[in-house]
Parts: sequence; C-alpha cells; structure tokens
Amino acid sequence: MAELKYLMFLGCVIPYRISSYEISARKVLERLGVELVEMPEFNCCGLPIDSVAHDAMLVLAARNLCLAEEKNLNILTLCTGCAGTLRKVNKSLEADKKLKEHVNGHLKEIGMEFKGGKIVVKHLIQALIEDVSLEKIKDAVVKPLTGLKVAEHNGCHILRPAKYIGFDDPENPVLLKRLIEATGAECLDYMYETDCCGAPIIGVNDKIPLYLAGDKLRNVKSVDAQALITVCPFCHMMFDINQPRIERLLEEEFGIPVLHYPQLLGLAMGFTPQELALEELRVDATKLLNVSQ
Amino acid sequence: MSEKQANSTRLRRVIKMGDLDPAFKREIREIPGVEKINLCFQCGTCTADCPIARFSEIYSPRKIMRMTQLGMKKKLLSSESLWLCAACFTCVDHCPQGVDIAGVVRALRNIAVREGIIPDVFKELTDNILKTGYAYKIPELRKKKRTEKGLPPLPEANLEDVSKLFDVVAVFKAKQEEE
Ligand code: SF4
Ligand code: SF4
Repeated sequence: MAELKYLMFLGCVIPYRISSYEISARKVLERLGVELVEMPEFNCCGLPIDSVAHDAMLVLAARNLCLAEEKNLNILTLCTGCAGTLRKVNKSLEADKKLKEHVNGHLKEIGMEFKGGKIVVKHLIQALIEDVSLEKIKDAVVKPLTGLKVAEHNGCHILRPAKYIGFDDPENPVLLKRLIEATGAECLDYMYETDCCGAPIIGVNDKIPLYLAGDKLRNVKSVDAQALITVCPFCHMMFDINQPRIERLLEEEFGIPVLHYPQLLGLAMGFTPQELALEELRVDATKLLNVSQ
Repeated sequence: MSEKQANSTRLRRVIKMGDLDPAFKREIREIPGVEKINLCFQCGTCTADCPIARFSEIYSPRKIMRMTQLGMKKKLLSSESLWLCAACFTCVDHCPQGVDIAGVVRALRNIAVREGIIPDVFKELTDNILKTGYAYKIPELRKKKRTEKGLPPLPEANLEDVSKLFDVVAVFKAKQEEE
C-alpha cells in the first residue's frame, strides 16, 4: 500500500476565499490516516499566467516540483487547476528531454534542478481512490447519508487532457460518483455533466460563464438533486458564490447547496456541520442535514 | 468599429491577401504544441463540443484554427475571441487530427501579450504572483483567521526566486517599461 504522506499544495484560491474546502479536507484526511506536510515555500502553480507566458508557467510549476523532489514527497492538491498543471508539467518534463533542459536552464538561476521520475502529483480524489481506497472510506462512514440525492461536477483539469492526466474516463467519469456513493448518498446523472463551469474566463467575459454555470445548475435541478458536489475551488466559486448572481441574471431560482466532497464525506464520518465549515457556504446547506439524519 | 465596418466583417467572404502574414504563419508553427496546426481539416468538432461556444455568438475554436493556418495575425491578436477559451481541453481530447487547440490559443495569447495586448485580469494575476507569490492578494486578516480556524500558517513565497524567474523568462518586460 502506498504511504499516506503527502506534501500539501494549497494553491492560491483556497486560502484567498474557500477555506471551507481546506478545513473539511484536512479533517477528513486526518481521520483517514493521511499525513500532510506543509510546503516549505510556496508559489502559484503557474496556471493563471500560462496565457501570459508559457515559459513562466513552466518554471513556476517546476519550482514547486523541485521542492517536492527535495522533500521526496508526492504532492497532494485540492484544486483541480493546480493538480492538472503540476501533473502535466511533471509528466512532460519527464518525457521530453529537450524541454527539461530548457526549463532546467532557467531554474539554474535560482540554484534548482528538476530531476524527474521521483515524485507524482495527485488531486485529493485521486489520492482517495488510488491510495486510501474506497473500502477504507466506506469503513470510516458511521452515519450513512441514506436518502440523500446529489449530483457531481468533476472539474476539467482532473480529467483532461486525457493523455497527461490519465485518471478516470473523461467522457464518462465514474470515480467521484463512487466516492459519493461510499457516503451512502445517491449520485444522479444529468445533462452536460462533464461540461466546464466557465470560471477561467470570469474577468474577461462574465456573462458566458454565468450562463454556462446556470445551465448546469438547471440540469442538476431538473433531476431533483438536492446538492451539487464539487472538488475544485474555482468550480465551487462558480456554483456557490455566484449562484445568486446567476439566479438574478437568468431570473430563475435554483437554491442548490454546493458542497465540497470532503464536507459530504465528513458528514457521513460523523463530523458536525461546524467542524466542516458548512456555515461558510453561500447557499444555505442546513436543509440537507435534516434529510440525512 | 463603425456599423459599416462591422457589417463588412460579417459579410465578407473573401479573405484579402493583405490580411495574411506569412512570417507569422512560420513563427507560430515553430512553437512547441502548435506543430500540428496544419493537420486541422476544419471538421468543426472542436466548436461543436466547446462549452463556451454554446453560450457565445462569436467564439469558434475552428475559426481560430483556420485563421492561424492562414496567418491572419492582426485579426487574431486583436479579437476578443482569443481570450474566451476556458482551457477545459474538451476539444483537445476530441479533435480527430490531434491538434492541441487550447495550446494554439495559448500560444496566440502569449504572442498578443508580447505585442502589448493583455486583458486587465491577466495583468493583475501576473502582478500578484510577482509581488506575493500567490495569484490573489490574500488579506492579512484572512491569514490571521487561519489560526482561529485551526489551520496551519500559509507557506511564504520566496519572492527573490519568483522575481528572478520572471526576469529570465522575460515576463512583463513590456509592462514594466510602460510604468
Ligand atoms: S476538431 Fe481538430 S480538425 Fe476538427 S476543426 Fe477542430 S482543430 Fe480542426
Ligand atoms: S479548451 Fe477552449 S476551445 Fe477547447 S473546448 Fe474548452 S473552452 Fe472550447
């Protein structure tokens, strides 16, 4: 069995706005016997400035990978953007000698070198599936959420591009569903389930992502899901924080609570809503608690 | 853009030779990830499957690929379309010709930035990373509250390293000069 010890890569948006995700993830992981080591130093994974300068993204990502290599620890991220970026850069530098030399040429300036082949990068749900195991998660459930019906939104960057990510089937992802079912809740299918939340273009054009996320919320509502489960702070922001804005724009009411997966799992593991920072969610989630108890 | 210009853009079917930039065509094809651009045979799968295109009247990755093949530099770099891709990579996984569509869009954006075209939000993100290591400015109060919430302190950025890296890859030279 894999050693359950990782370097925790928080990313930027979680400490900026979405601490409920971090709080619930840390609680749940600790109970499951996962040890998290904090990053000795941090800089952004690089994704937000890939559009500005691809090389800048590469070196920012590589610098973080070097820190993990020095510690000899695999990286665990909660953000799908960080996971996708660090995973992709780790793999492409390992596979492409020329690219590795190019990046190492830059890293030399700060006395670092990417070696490659030493560590892997995993998103939370990948670590839960591959290292912790579904059985162990099921064993940890003490208050099954029987009767609760939810839907999931995976987040593009833990699935695509398939050739770099290599986790689950991007056309028909099932692993987050299995994780949800492990809590005793039912996970429903809905239309356009694998579509993007639109968050990356907020700031360039707000309307398109709000319509896109609104369309998803409508589809989630139409199958009578009582909540939407996310595993990415950006997706969460889109569906939770922006939900009132979407409702105003579309003149439609959704009222769909959006929970981080570890909040859902945490409830099933017997943590209190306060311990899981449920009150920090924008869309009130207390109505779910009655269903599950 | 005047109304007349807007109409002529919409109706014009003929592409003028003057809109094409052969040097740009070569320049872009040499960027890693963009090599396969000429394999695009305009099937339209990328646009059909693009979640952004479903909600936008102007966004079409297929068109961006065609304009790139033809070397329509000016139009590409000045279009709002260029900044609408959400990098969800659906098209990349679906393209029958193995074109890295999102990679092409990214390469075009990088060129636009070098020519001084950059949406404010990207300026801000870049600036934040350079100044704090984080893409967003995290308020001091939030950092303090972490202790109350039982969270460990946030790891600090090594700003000297970040700034050195920005220098070697020449990020934002243009911006610093303009300031
Ligand atoms: S899917 Fe590929 S081949 Fe088809 S139009 Fe898009 S880029 Fe071209
Ligand atoms: S990567 Fe960009 S162009 Fe491709 S499907 Fe996603 S949003 Fe559309």
